[in-house]
Amino acid sequence: MSVTLYRIDDRLIHGQVVVGWGQPLNIGFIVLVDDDIACCDWEQDLYRMGVPPEMEIVFTDVKGAISNHAGYVSDKRRGIVVTPDIATMHRLVDGVKTIGDVNVGGIHYKAGRTPRLRYAFLSPEEERELSVIAEHGVRVTAQDVPNARQVSIAELLLSKPVEEKSA
Amino acid sequence: MTSSEPGHDSAEHEDAPRAIVAGHGALPQGLVNAVDCISGCGSVFVALSNFGLAGSDIEGQLREKAAEFGIKVFFTDLPGGSATVAVRRMMRTDPSLVLITGANLSALLEFVFQPDATPADAARHAAEKGRATIVVAGNTAVPASVDAGSK
Repeated sequence: MSVTLYRIDDRLIHGQVVVGWGQPLNIGFIVLVDDDIACCDWEQDLYRMGVPPEMEIVFTDVKGAISNHAGYVSDKRRGIVVTPDIATMHRLVDGVKTIGDVNVGGIHYKAGRTPRLRYAFLSPEEERELSVIAEHGVRVTAQDVPNARQVSIAELLLSKPVEEKSA
Repeated sequence: MTSSEPGHDSAEHEDAPRAIVAGHGALPQGLVNAVDCISGCGSVFVALSNFGLAGSDIEGQLREKAAEFGIKVFFTDLPGGSATVAVRRMMRTDPSLVLITGANLSALLEFVFQPDATPADAARHAAEKGRATIVVAGNTAVPASVDAGSK
């Protein structure tokens, strides 16, 4: 399978994704799944500037990601699929039954969210939605960078802020 | 995001902030502290870390500090980093802003010592200096067999 990581990250394309995961995993393409960015050329240019030339970036909405998922999987290069939030990943998982793992990589603070990890703040609704994804048989874990400890969903939802570093 | 007010540990006078240094972890504060150690002019910079913040909050804090000090110049660490993305968003509505990515200590020091230059000129000189001071030392010769094969 050439999609190495299905990641939820509200920063989308940034240092942890491009360098932190991209280099050690030898990532050749990133699929950015976001309904708003998919129809905004300026936003796409913004994120394209942050990706090295040897790495392709594909912009798509959820519908397109579901339709084209088989192509991502059959790609000879290794790829990352990233969504800005849990709801978007939930829609993607609903439409692609073969997704086996989802990574919670960066959901930062905003009002109504409770800190779970230094890089993962969740509202009650988001906690429920993550649980629903897991109930579909998807292995949900939290991990900001490759050499960080992988945190299970059970631990994530029960945890208080822990001493882990995040960019 | 953690931010520091204009940095100065040793200077006897304070220069007005002219640029923001933004990036990952403690790097911004560390760079500004190093500028202060060398030149006593750390107060030229405001340091902002993206630590623990969503992209929209990074942009919000950058806008706030820029407005507070009338700053037009931004140094960031990674071209694809979240602070860089945030500054590029700001540039969309304010074309007078100047961004230097891949900033290092030499670039910042060059900027410090150009107080009378326009933001664009100071930024350009800083970038040139920063690039020029990256030097590889030691034995980096290509092995003879590889070298011969390429001829």
